[in-house]
Amino acid sequence: MTVVKSNMDRRSFLKTIAVGGGGLMIGFSWMSCSGKEPLVQYDVNAYLKIDNYGGVTIFSPNPEIGQNVKTSMPLIVAEELDVDWDRVTVEQAALNTEKYDRQLAGGSQSIRHGWDSLRTAGATAKMMLVTAAANRWGVSPDQLTTEKGVITNTANGKTLTYGEVVDEAVNVPIPEEVTLKSPDDFTLIGNRIKNVDGEEIVTGKPLFGIDFKREGMVHAMIIHPPAFGMAMKSYDDSEARSMPGIQDIFTINTSIDEPQWSDVNAFNELLVITGDSTWEVMKAKRAINVEWEASGELENTSGHNSKLAEAVNSGSGEVARQDGNPDSVANRAATVVERTYTAPFIAHNTLEPMNFFADVKENSAELIGPIQTPEQLRGSASQLLGISEDNIIVDMTRMGGGFGRRLYGNFGLEAAAISKQIGTPVRLLYTREDDMTQGTYRPAYAIKYKASLDEDGNMLSFQARGTGMSESPLFANRFPAGTVDHYMSEDIPIQTNISTGAWRAPRSNFTAGAEQAFIDEVAEAAGKDPIDFRLELFERAMNNPVGSDNDYDPARYAGVLKLVREKSNWDTEMRGVYRGVSAYYCHNSYVAQVVDLEMVNDQPRIKKVWSAVDCGIVVNMEGALNQVEGGVIDGLGHALYSELTFEDGVPSASNFDNYRLIRNTEAPLEIETHFAQNQIHPTGLGEPGLPPVIGAYANALYKATGQRYYNQPFLMKEEQVENLGP
Amino acid sequence: MPAYTLRINGEERDVDVTNDTPLLWVLRDHLDLPGTKFGCGISQCGACTVHVDGRPVRSCSYPVSAVGSSEVTTIEGLSENGDHPVQQAWLEHDVPQCGYCQAGQIMSAAALLNSNPNPSDADIDSAMNGNLCRCGTYLRIKRAIKTAAQNA
Repeated sequence: MTVVKSNMDRRSFLKTIAVGGGGLMIGFSWMSCSGKEPLVQYDVNAYLKIDNYGGVTIFSPNPEIGQNVKTSMPLIVAEELDVDWDRVTVEQAALNTEKYDRQLAGGSQSIRHGWDSLRTAGATAKMMLVTAAANRWGVSPDQLTTEKGVITNTANGKTLTYGEVVDEAVNVPIPEEVTLKSPDDFTLIGNRIKNVDGEEIVTGKPLFGIDFKREGMVHAMIIHPPAFGMAMKSYDDSEARSMPGIQDIFTINTSIDEPQWSDVNAFNELLVITGDSTWEVMKAKRAINVEWEASGELENTSGHNSKLAEAVNSGSGEVARQDGNPDSVANRAATVVERTYTAPFIAHNTLEPMNFFADVKENSAELIGPIQTPEQLRGSASQLLGISEDNIIVDMTRMGGGFGRRLYGNFGLEAAAISKQIGTPVRLLYTREDDMTQGTYRPAYAIKYKASLDEDGNMLSFQARGTGMSESPLFANRFPAGTVDHYMSEDIPIQTNISTGAWRAPRSNFTAGAEQAFIDEVAEAAGKDPIDFRLELFERAMNNPVGSDNDYDPARYAGVLKLVREKSNWDTEMRGVYRGVSAYYCHNSYVAQVVDLEMVNDQPRIKKVWSAVDCGIVVNMEGALNQVEGGVIDGLGHALYSELTFEDGVPSASNFDNYRLIRNTEAPLEIETHFAQNQIHPTGLGEPGLPPVIGAYANALYKATGQRYYNQPFLMKEEQVENLGP
Repeated sequence: MPAYTLRINGEERDVDVTNDTPLLWVLRDHLDLPGTKFGCGISQCGACTVHVDGRPVRSCSYPVSAVGSSEVTTIEGLSENGDHPVQQAWLEHDVPQCGYCQAGQIMSAAALLNSNPNPSDADIDSAMNGNLCRCGTYLRIKRAIKTAAQNA
C-alpha cells in the first residue's frame, strides 16, 4: 500500500465538473434500460466515465500501434478503481495535452511513464466513490471496502454499486492524497487479459486509419522522387487529367520554418493526384510522366560501405567515454580479439501503408489517422497551415503497425496540405512502393570492437568504435562499461541524404546483436562458458563497478541470464541442437535469450527461442508474451533476410516481391518466455524483446556451421562485405 | 462503364466501375466493406485475402471482371456474429498485435479448413505462407488454426 499525492488537480477535472457544480451529464440514452432510469454517464476524471448502472468507460491516452497499450493502460486504471473488467469499455482518447501527458508511442515508455498517473486516476476515482457512499450512510470511509464495482460497509454488510453513487461522487472534493494498492493485492494486473479490440479485429470492423471515411472525402496519392538526391523538374499530366474519376493534379510543399525532431522527410515537394476512388487515382498516377533532376548527391551502397569501413578502421571519433587506457593495455595483453559488424538500411514496412485523413477549413483543421506523435503532428500542421494549435483536432486511429515509422508524420502534413489546396476532406494513401521508397529508414551501421584478455581469460580492456549513416549505434554507458577497468566508446556519425529515423529499438536493434556476438567470441577466446563469462563481468559491476554512469543494474542483468540458463537447461547438451545465448538491456527492461538451432538438409532451422525478461511488474501477461514473441520474430526476420541497398540514390526494393520479410515457415517453431518475479515499477516491452535475439542467433549459427556471421542480413549475404569483414 | 452485379456475403451488390478495378477496391471504396485490407497490391502479403466460391483469392490483383457469378465472401461475411471457429480461435489465442493482417490471415485459415478440416503442420505452413504478419504473430496463428480445426 502506498500513499501518493493524487496530482489530480483541477486541470484534470476542470472541463468535467465546472458545469453547474454537479457531475456533468455527458451521455444520455433510453435504449439500454427500457422501463428504468435513462442511462447517464458521468465524467469522473480525464481517464474514466462511470454510468448510473455501473458501466465504466476508460480512455486509453496513448496511440495503439500493436504494442497493446489500449488494453494494458486502461487495465491499470481498472485495477486501482476495483472494477469488474467485464464492465469496462475502452475508448481511444483524442490528443488532449491539457488532460494527458506524453500521448506518444515510442521508446517502450507508455507503461513506464503512465503507470503512476493511471493508477492515481483509478485510485482517486475509487476514493471519491467510497467517500460518496460513506457520506450517504453517515459512516467513516475507513470501514468501507470495494470489490468489482461494489462498495461494502463492513459493519453491516450493506452494499452500494459505483453506479448508485457516481452522481454524488463527482461532487466530492478531489482528494489530495490517495492510497494505492500493494502489488500483492492486484487482481487484474499480471493476468492474461485479451486485446480489447480483439472482436472488432477478427470481424473486420473499420478500426484503422485507412478505414476512416467521411461524406465528400476525396482520395489522394502522391508521387515522390525515385531517388534520394533528386527533385522534380517538370511533369506532363495531360493524359492523366482526362482519365475517369480524376479531379486534380498539383504540387505541394510541406516544408515548415521550424521543423521538429518528428519532421524527418527527404521529399517535401511532391506531386499530388486527387480523384473519386483509389483505383482511379492509382491508374492516373502511372500515367503521369515526371522529369526528375539531381538536387544532391546520388549515393551508392558501395560508397556507403567504403565510408563505414574507413570510419571504423581509421577514423577518429568523438570519445563518448573512456576508462583507463585500453590501447596500451591491449598492446601488452595475452590475447586480443578484434571484429567488425555491419547492418544495412532497412525499411519499417508497417503492413498498413502510410495514410491520413485531413479536413482543413479556413481557420480550423481536423487530422485523423495513424500517428505515433499526435502532439508533434499538431504543432507542425499548425505551422504549415497557419492555424493555431487550439483549432486543430488530431484523432488517433488504431495503427496497422508503427515500429517507429509513424513517429515521423510527414504523411499527415501532406494530407493537410492537400485538403487545404482542394478545400474538401481528403484521405491520402501511399502505395506500398511509395511507402518503401520514401525513406526514414533504419540507418546503416558498423561497429568495430576490440577486447583484450590476460592469460587466465580475464577481460582487461574493451573498445567500441561505432559509425552509421547518419548516427553511431553505440550507447557509451551500457554494458560492458562498468565491468572492465580499461574501456572506450567512440562515435563517428556519417552524413547521408538518405533519410533515417527510429526503427523499433533504435540503435539497440543492431548494437545488441553485434556486441553479444562479439562477447561470445571473447568468451570463447577466454575458454569460458558464454554465460559464466558474462556473469563474471556482472559480478565485477555489482561488487566494484568502474565509473558511476553505468546505466544498467548488473543484478537484474545477471538475473535474466540465470533465469534463461535455468529454464533452457543451458548446461545440458542436446544432440543435434546448436545453442547461442545473449543478454541485453534497453528501454529500461532486461532480456536474456537462448536460440536453439537444428540443421535440416544443411539449412539452419530455429527450433526454439527461450526468453527471460525483467520488465518489473508484468501488467498484462497475455500482451507481454505476445510482445516478446513478436519482438523475437521481428528481430530474427530483419537480421536474417532484410536489407535496402542503393544505386544512384534509388532504393533496391519497392515491394514485398523484392524486399524479403520473414514468413511463417521461417519463424521459430517454438518460443518460451519467462518473466522475473518482482514488484519493481513496470517498464515497456514493445522493443526490448527484439535486439538480443539477433546475437543469440548468430552465436547458435556459429555452433551449427563453424562460421561466425558479422554482416546482416546473415542468410542473404554469402560473402562478407568487402573491407568490413571480421 | 460496365455495371457489375456481384454476389457478396450472400447479397447482390451493384457497382459501376471499370473492368480492371481490383476486387479489393470495389469492396473498400464502393461497397463500404473495409475489413479487407490493402498491403502490397501485388499478391505478396495476403492482407487482402477473400473467398471466391470458397477459395482464397488475393483481391488486390483480382479484377472485378473475373468475379462473374461467383460468390464472394469477405471477413465481414465470414460469420453472422463473429462466431466462425477460426474467429473464435483467434480470440482464444489472443492472436492480433496491430491486427492489420489478421482479416487476411483468418480468411486464408478459413479457406484451408474448408478444404482440409484436419490440416497437418505442413498443410498449415503452405496454406499460410502467402500471408505476412509484420508483428510476428505466426506462432499464435498456427496454434489458433489447430484449435479451430478441433472445434469446427
